[in-house]
Amino acid sequence: MTQPPSAPAAAPHGPAAAPARPVVPGQVSRAAAVGAAPPPPARGAWATGREVLREAATTEPGRLRILGAVLALLVLALGTVAGLEAADRAGSAEAVVGSSQPLSADAAAIYRSLADADSTAAAGFLAGTLEPAESRARYDRDLATASRLLVKAAANTDGSDESAREITALGELLPRYAGLMERARAANRQGLPLGGAYLRYANQEMTTRLLPAAERLYAAETARLHRDDDDARTWPHLALGVGVLALGVLVWAQRREYRRTHRVFSRGLLAATAATVVVLLWLAGAHAVARAALGSAQTEGQQSLQLLNEARISSLKARANENLTQVARGAVLTEDGKDDKYEAEYAKGMAALTDALARATRLAEDEAGRTPLTEATARAGEWRERHAAARKLGEAGDYQAALDRIIGPKGTDGAKESAGWSFDQVDAALERALAHEQEQFTRSARGAVDALTGLPLGAAALGALGALGAVLGINRRLSEYR
Amino acid sequence: MTPDDEPVARRAARRARGWGGVAAMGVACALTASLTLLPLTRGGDAAAPTGPFGPGPGAGTALQAKADTCENPEASLRPSTEDGPSVTAIKQRGKLIVGVDQSSYRWGFRDPETGTLEGFDIALARAIAKDLLGSEDAVVFRAVPTNQRIAALDGGTVDLVVRTMTINCKRIKQVAFSTAYFRAGQQVLAPKTSPITGHDASLKGRRICTAEGSTAHEALVERSFGAIIEDEGEGTPADRNLLTVPNQLDCLARLQMGEVDAIVTDNALAAGQAAQDPAVELKGEPFTEEYYGVAARLGNDDLVRRVNKVLEDYRKGRWQEAYGVWLEAGLGKAEPPEPLYK
Repeated sequence: MTQPPSAPAAAPHGPAAAPARPVVPGQVSRAAAVGAAPPPPARGAWATGREVLREAATTEPGRLRILGAVLALLVLALGTVAGLEAADRAGSAEAVVGSSQPLSADAAAIYRSLADADSTAAAGFLAGTLEPAESRARYDRDLATASRLLVKAAANTDGSDESAREITALGELLPRYAGLMERARAANRQGLPLGGAYLRYANQEMTTRLLPAAERLYAAETARLHRDDDDARTWPHLALGVGVLALGVLVWAQRREYRRTHRVFSRGLLAATAATVVVLLWLAGAHAVARAALGSAQTEGQQSLQLLNEARISSLKARANENLTQVARGAVLTEDGKDDKYEAEYAKGMAALTDALARATRLAEDEAGRTPLTEATARAGEWRERHAAARKLGEAGDYQAALDRIIGPKGTDGAKESAGWSFDQVDAALERALAHEQEQFTRSARGAVDALTGLPLGAAALGALGALGAVLGINRRLSEYR
Repeated sequence: MTPDDEPVARRAARRARGWGGVAAMGVACALTASLTLLPLTRGGDAAAPTGPFGPGPGAGTALQAKADTCENPEASLRPSTEDGPSVTAIKQRGKLIVGVDQSSYRWGFRDPETGTLEGFDIALARAIAKDLLGSEDAVVFRAVPTNQRIAALDGGTVDLVVRTMTINCKRIKQVAFSTAYFRAGQQVLAPKTSPITGHDASLKGRRICTAEGSTAHEALVERSFGAIIEDEGEGTPADRNLLTVPNQLDCLARLQMGEVDAIVTDNALAAGQAAQDPAVELKGEPFTEEYYGVAARLGNDDLVRRVNKVLEDYRKGRWQEAYGVWLEAGLGKAEPPEPLYK
């Protein structure tokens, strides 16, 4: 990000810069033309380049010229490097807020939609041969959401990375899953137990292939988010180093001048020093603020989001398995043949939910974040109790009563007494918690982007100004030798 | 690539993996023995086309040989209506608790419309309740998974199990069986247009689906005719449950999806499957013979005698009635098996 004014400013007035460049006629005329305006033009700087170099090491004007050139270059380099590094960090911060975090959230939404579709379909199945309209609509919505977000995610990958692989897998598996589910519905509508077999087949595809792929996609997108986050939080070491070096040389130059001439202030050098200090402070300050903002976005937002997504998906899995206990009715057992497979999976899901909720509650930093979690925890407890009651009824052979406890009896207020209702409350509370944490994340991360705003341009402009000051300051001293 | 043109080596590898599953079932040593003894014990099969490993592993043979060391396992106690401690306990409770299946079409299944249990087994359980307690509704049904049937009786959670339960020598040491109420056998089920003709050489290279740990699976392990009967990566997370599935009905879903070529299950359950898919049919004859009995806890002799009394009457008329409603369409005409007494 070379600043347009810097080249003309440095070239004509920093004669020592000349040796570094080949003498090109075009450049001479252009430099002269631009440089002609504000400061008094130095005598044939370009033309005397070689001579200057020879003189440089031995004579004071030569040393001064070299010093001037070094100072100008250093300050200019500071402006450029600081500008570039700040632009890079700002870009990464913007990517965190604008693309990688939303993509990670989308991947979580894909995961959630799929899990929700599966548990909704199983619940709809339990209602009998006629699937309730709202259950059907929710299933359709879930599948539509998953498909839409998959297309969006696909558009944001370069086609070779891990995300692309998982998106492809999901794209291939989703139609198959939907096909199995429609077969299940068709058979169930005819009152055939075969429908249950298809439903369990669809569930097997979902839990052993689709959900793991969605989970890996979420992990990949989240890893990308962390990469962008780390990039944005990396200190601009090079710029800071150059800045400190420039400052050191500037101080040394002024001390040297003071020793030789007993002049305390050189306005030019002072201006260069001020510009350098401002760039350094701005750079360090803005980064410190941005890092802090991203840090709190990470700890307060992203970590909570991750836990809440985990909790929500665990609860969805538990619910799907709870419904399947009623569909399979003890026909499918765990590997060791001791327990009902779906009952065991339900218990696993509930344990994961409880754990994720506890950790999310510990992370919640304000009342607004804690309230929905307290609610979710309470509802999860209620759900567990209702499930246990339903299971007891089922084991006693009262299938209808057990079913009513799980999906709620048809068309009565008794629905609020069901495990399904408790699950819905858990889900709703988790959704509120997710919205809250998402907002917190976006706000914090947005703060990081704001902190870095203007720094790239500002650093470059200050660098140019500082370089100009350094050149002017040295030139003034140099003119005393003529 | 159809299973037919699959390289022999790969098929052999698959079967070898299948054997791994067998070994895992804890019969590895029996396998070695039966392999060497195979030509002697199964001399009659020498002409049958076999895979590179010979006829299916002899594990099943060994298992059955160990279990089939009794004569007439179907022989039960003489019928009687005398009340003993177990019958008295049921009468005091006022309800008969019966372990049943909920997902075997035509045998024990829940009508999705009404939510009530229906089927051939259910009808028999109701008949027993009527005789014992005077009402067909004085019965509580409990869904019992296949491998929990014996545990449910031992634990006292159910009085009886009426759940397509095969009487065999191994089981009569664990539970008390009534006389047989149904004769069944393992049979092959395939699409009507399939070239598969039964449990024979036509199975070679075909993908056959069975329920995990079922008699059907054991029978196929014993004699596979070169059929593919184990999933790749059986028992690992890569196992996709295509060829060995948790429940026999899952096989019909795989068959309809074109993922397997045929199903082996007992004909009673196969008839239930055929009833749900008009495009499939039972192929060939049943290649085993087995009898279903009502199971009670070992030692509850009074209850067994009472059930046998009910069965005496049941066979005379209501058996045919229930058979007509639930099974005749799939299995054709049949007579109840004659009771056998000790």
